[in-house]
Amino acid sequence: MDSPAIATVNGEMHAEAHAHPAHLRHHFETVEQQREAASFGMWLFLLTEVMFFGGMFMAYLIYRNWYHAAFVAGCNTLNIWLGTINTAVLICSSLTMAMAVYSAEKRHKKSLITYLILTIVLGLAFLGIKSVEYAEKFELHHVPGPNFSIEQFVHPTNPKAVALAPDMAEKTQVYFSLYFAMTGMHALHMIIGISILIILVVRAFGGAYTDGHMTTIENFGLYWHFVDIVWIFLFPLLYLISRYR
Amino acid sequence: MSSSHTIVQLPDQSTAQLPRKHYLNQELGLKSWLLTGDHKRIAMLYLFSITFFFFIGGAFASLIRLQLLTPGSDLLAPDTYNKVFSMHGIVMIFLFLVPSVPATLGNFLIPIMIGAKDLAFPKINLLSWYLFVAGGLFILAAMILGGVDTGWTFTTPLSTHYLNTHVVTAALGIFIAGFASILTGLNFIVTIHRMRAPGMTWFRLPLFVWGHYAASILMVLGTPVLAITLVLVALERTIGIGVFDPTKGGDPLLFQHLFWFYSHPAVYIMILPGMAVISEVISTFSRKRIFGYTAVAFSSVAIAIFGFFVWEHHMFIMGVSNYSALVFSLLTMLVAVPSAIKIFNWSATLYKGSITFETPMLYAFGFLGLFTIGGLTGVFLGSMGMDVHLTETYFIVAHFHFVMVGGMLMAYLAGMHFWWPKITGRMYPEAISKLAAVVTFIGFIFTFFPQFILGYLGMPRRYASYPPEFQVLNVLSTAGASILAVGYLLPMLYMPWSLKYGKIAGNNPWQATGLEWQIASPPLTENFVETPIVDHEAYDYEWLANQTEHEVKTVG
Repeated sequence: MDSPAIATVNGEMHAEAHAHPAHLRHHFETVEQQREAASFGMWLFLLTEVMFFGGMFMAYLIYRNWYHAAFVAGCNTLNIWLGTINTAVLICSSLTMAMAVYSAEKRHKKSLITYLILTIVLGLAFLGIKSVEYAEKFELHHVPGPNFSIEQFVHPTNPKAVALAPDMAEKTQVYFSLYFAMTGMHALHMIIGISILIILVVRAFGGAYTDGHMTTIENFGLYWHFVDIVWIFLFPLLYLISRYR
Repeated sequence: MSSSHTIVQLPDQSTAQLPRKHYLNQELGLKSWLLTGDHKRIAMLYLFSITFFFFIGGAFASLIRLQLLTPGSDLLAPDTYNKVFSMHGIVMIFLFLVPSVPATLGNFLIPIMIGAKDLAFPKINLLSWYLFVAGGLFILAAMILGGVDTGWTFTTPLSTHYLNTHVVTAALGIFIAGFASILTGLNFIVTIHRMRAPGMTWFRLPLFVWGHYAASILMVLGTPVLAITLVLVALERTIGIGVFDPTKGGDPLLFQHLFWFYSHPAVYIMILPGMAVISEVISTFSRKRIFGYTAVAFSSVAIAIFGFFVWEHHMFIMGVSNYSALVFSLLTMLVAVPSAIKIFNWSATLYKGSITFETPMLYAFGFLGLFTIGGLTGVFLGSMGMDVHLTETYFIVAHFHFVMVGGMLMAYLAGMHFWWPKITGRMYPEAISKLAAVVTFIGFIFTFFPQFILGYLGMPRRYASYPPEFQVLNVLSTAGASILAVGYLLPMLYMPWSLKYGKIAGNNPWQATGLEWQIASPPLTENFVETPIVDHEAYDYEWLANQTEHEVKTVG
């Protein structure tokens, strides 16, 4: 083997490159290598997401220890029914997403599209219910900022709730800051997910993902399940702190 | 293609020619650059952008040094001065130092060094550049609209409540540029895991790749924490949530914890790729395998791991518990161990090596000396008693400039000169570049050494004026900065000059062993005509020397 060969463009290279499957990108040797790289990359990305939410979970851990009474009081004003329904909705959307991946694997175009659209519908339902909850908070003046009111925590209207000293009642604002930051970031991830889902549906109509090359659907499934899991942590942490002991 | 054969036939320098087709002329036109997936072209896009931002950051540095020429705030009003040093820090750290080596040299070389055609995700690589530019534009916008005066640290509640400057715009810029960094790190990790050529085992990887692997771990795990911290600061400023606000029950110290959880590892994001360059340069110009290859490789990973558990040493004076401060002080001193392993192993590599003093080697020597001083003064600052005396003084400023400018920038310039022939196909002018290396070193010492003394005597950082007794040392520092500026301007002049008039380099001007030196300069778009098969350890100069001797015997 001689070194000049390295320095010149080899004409046969390009002809050979087209012998590969259409979806194999030129810089990978095999389809298997490409699939593994994509899936590894997705898991790494989810790791960065864990760190992203991790900062807020850290803050939650500290403040819940400091201001436990305020956190209990804040938690008890949340609408547990809407929260529970939303959890169920999200778990169902994970099921439909898993079914979408399964359909892609089985190369069923019609059921793939159906399940993807179902996932979108469930995702939108979640966001809809969430916005109803946010609206309730606005009406109660429980949104942190200049209009935040501690009235309900000092003089609770609910007979089962414990009245807080004004000093501790002030700290409910920390609870609601974290509530809005965490659920807001989660909702943002849902919105991004739904936008990607719409693109996936359009492409699936064109016949993509059911031709044996389904890495994109698989990886998006991982993302969607991750966003679900974040909610599975948020729900007990925000909604279920010692409800009316 | 076995690399053994190609190395034996060292190309004749005098008849070297540029290849007819290479990555620079494969396609022409602006669109072919802006939509490229080629890691080498993206590296060039990054090179232009970070050079631009280095100019801006450097201009701010000049303003700072001019201001400090006299004890009073004669040149700039104090609040303008606050904005100037804040922008200097933000631009230099997030838009120059963090992407400097990884996004340019790392992007260019990692696929070639491991025998791959490209990074695993070329489109994500391009996306990272666009995010970087977008982040840079936000920061520039914050600057043009009136500036930020929080310092690069965005300390709360100063940044959330007391300043009426463009904090959110700048924070958004850093948030976006942070995603560029995350994507680069993610791409590197996947590439190094999944794209290595046959025979390229983990312990045959050049140390350049190991250094970048360690830095990538930090980028991927650290940067998201900075992102969420800045989001919380922005939400606190805009809608008034209370996570860091003491009037609402939040704790500003939590901001410090979250911020430094990224920003301390970030200094290793900046320095590890620099160390990666130094390993290559020292080995090549000593004609020796790196002494203790495995130790150097694992010390990079050790720095990455320890680097995550030392952040609290930035907060010793902020009211953290004494016991946690003790633990963090100990851990801070421990992180000096892997750094020392590197310095000692590089020195041992030089021992009995056939050392030559080409420009990259001069910069590498500069790195060894200056980084050692910078690193050891870091140990001073990690010990709690000393830290109380020295923190928030010019001692800190001198310390991190020794590491970042003396260490990282020297390494960046070493790498730029070392791989310039590979990137462009032409040599830089040797004599003037040696001069630039020496001028940089002298200028650097004069600029930053006086600041150690100033800090020890008690001159605080981040003030527009100072007591007159500090003037002599400050004048010395400003004079040094002028020399340093000449040292940086020279490469910016002769590097472009060499693009047209430089001597044609040939494939392997340094007669080095790495895979990147076995292909054409500049490389083809697909890097390798055939996938290389690696059957050698990295830096096998002893073997190379034997082969060349053998060749001479049989042929001549």
